[in-house]
Amino acid sequence: MVHTNLRAVIQPKLAAQPVSEAASALLSQLVAHLRQNRTQLREEWVRGITEAELLTAMTKEEIFAEATSVYDSYVGALETGTLEALQAYARNLSERIIPRGVETEEVVGIVLLLRDVLARSLFAKYHEDFKVLGRVLDAYEPAANRIAITVAVGFVQERERVIREQQEAIRELSTPVLQVRERLLILPMIGLIDPHRARQLTEQLLHGIRTNRAKVVVIDITGVAAMDANVANHLVLTVEAARLLGATVIVTGLSPEIAQTLVKIGVDLGKMNTVGDLQGGIEEAERLLGFKVFPIRETQAV
Amino acid sequence: MGEGAWVEKESKVHVETDADIVLARQQARAIARDLGFTLGNATLIATAISELARNIVQYATRGEVVLKRIENGSQKGLVVIARDEGPGINDVRRAMEDGFSTSGRLGLGLPGVRRLMDEFNIQSEVGKGTTVTASMWKA
Amino acid sequence: MAVPILKQGQTLIASIQAALTDTDLLELRDALLEQVGRYRSRGVIVDVTALDVMDSFSTRTLRDVAHMTQLRGAQTIIVGIQPEVAFAMAQFGLTLEGVPTKLDLEEGLEYLAGTVKRGSDG
Repeated sequence: MVHTNLRAVIQPKLAAQPVSEAASALLSQLVAHLRQNRTQLREEWVRGITEAELLTAMTKEEIFAEATSVYDSYVGALETGTLEALQAYARNLSERIIPRGVETEEVVGIVLLLRDVLARSLFAKYHEDFKVLGRVLDAYEPAANRIAITVAVGFVQERERVIREQQEAIRELSTPVLQVRERLLILPMIGLIDPHRARQLTEQLLHGIRTNRAKVVVIDITGVAAMDANVANHLVLTVEAARLLGATVIVTGLSPEIAQTLVKIGVDLGKMNTVGDLQGGIEEAERLLGFKVFPIRETQAV
Repeated sequence: MGEGAWVEKESKVHVETDADIVLARQQARAIARDLGFTLGNATLIATAISELARNIVQYATRGEVVLKRIENGSQKGLVVIARDEGPGINDVRRAMEDGFSTSGRLGLGLPGVRRLMDEFNIQSEVGKGTTVTASMWKA
Repeated sequence: MAVPILKQGQTLIASIQAALTDTDLLELRDALLEQVGRYRSRGVIVDVTALDVMDSFSTRTLRDVAHMTQLRGAQTIIVGIQPEVAFAMAQFGLTLEGVPTKLDLEEGLEYLAGTVKRGSDG
């Protein structure tokens, strides 16, 4: 009855496929061959990498060192039929080479190169008997492809993670909540505000209200390029939330366009405390703060 | 052993009393925090679950709230399934409209839950029950 | 689980702990009403600092408390709403309209002191 429309990822099953006994025995043979000829095949591979001008961000020594590890992990994955170790290595490798500026196509390129170098080596060994060659490739190819995909996907995921972290850091740095007077906070919103940034701004503002015990907050949107309905709605939520923390909110710098957007999403601008520009907003805020609504002294008259 | 892309870990809360509502939302909050959701998002999720659990108690007497962790490569998320075998919702579409209530009370809080979550699905059949499924991915 | 209610002059202060069930909230409401009547309190402060979630029920009940105490001559205010909770309330359209909210107990007491003064002037 319930079909959850969750974001589905099309990914081949990473678990090793069940291998028949014969194929398994054959794989052991291949692995032995690949291990025996390790030095030569690895050299061939590294030559191919250099010729294809891949991994130009790395030195020859580095490429050689990584090539050795990759080769061994590759053959190990073939041997055991499991990809966990390879996945871990791929993540590790990605962490190292991404800061060096290695691109996705380079990583995919070198893995496919290795796959082909090894495949050709198997061709050379078994070419005399077509039937055997066929069985050899049947055993090798699916495994090799799974390996290639594992490494490539691992690299891409790591890159995405790094990019997200960097974006977060940038946002973090560029959203100041300023305390200019006691109990008064100013939040200048500048540039393009996407939903994520809007959330972050709100979080910082609300925490700022609590930390600084702000009674008045001036949100200045003079510098906001454009505001779509979502972000406008978010602004309204922010004002609401700030009020719940006991702060009065003054919105300044409302352009006619943004005012229209707000009205369109159903905001009663009459209820929102708006002032033309930031300066005016600050003055209004000071007035609110300096003006004691309840005179505490001179209460004798009853 | 590298399994599939989905990693599911499930937590089920039987919901019948108002103490269960508290339990359900505390669980949701804990799992969200554990998954790495920010405090703000975890609070939003807990509030949503509180509303869903309360709906169950109020309109269906009893039901269950299932919380699942999901993984999609490097992304992690949370799925909540709130199901009951209660009277069902007569007019789901109207129930999903802001400010409208199908029972004369203040509304089921569903529009709020939908606005919040990344994915939202509600199935309801009069006399059979209601199941709300919603998920949120950690940004 | 009963919520402790402190009497400070003409003000009642109720400090809510986390994990408050609907039943606990209703009991609190009744207790506050009863004490406002008994002590002729002029102000009630409900401190929700420890609440990590405020949903439709708690919001509604607190509004009820404010409304009912007002009928008995006392002003109720809410203090200590956490930033994340405030945002969640705004997101879900849970409003405490008509009920003053202040940052914390100190602010709340200051506010009430002014209100009471004003009331006695009027």
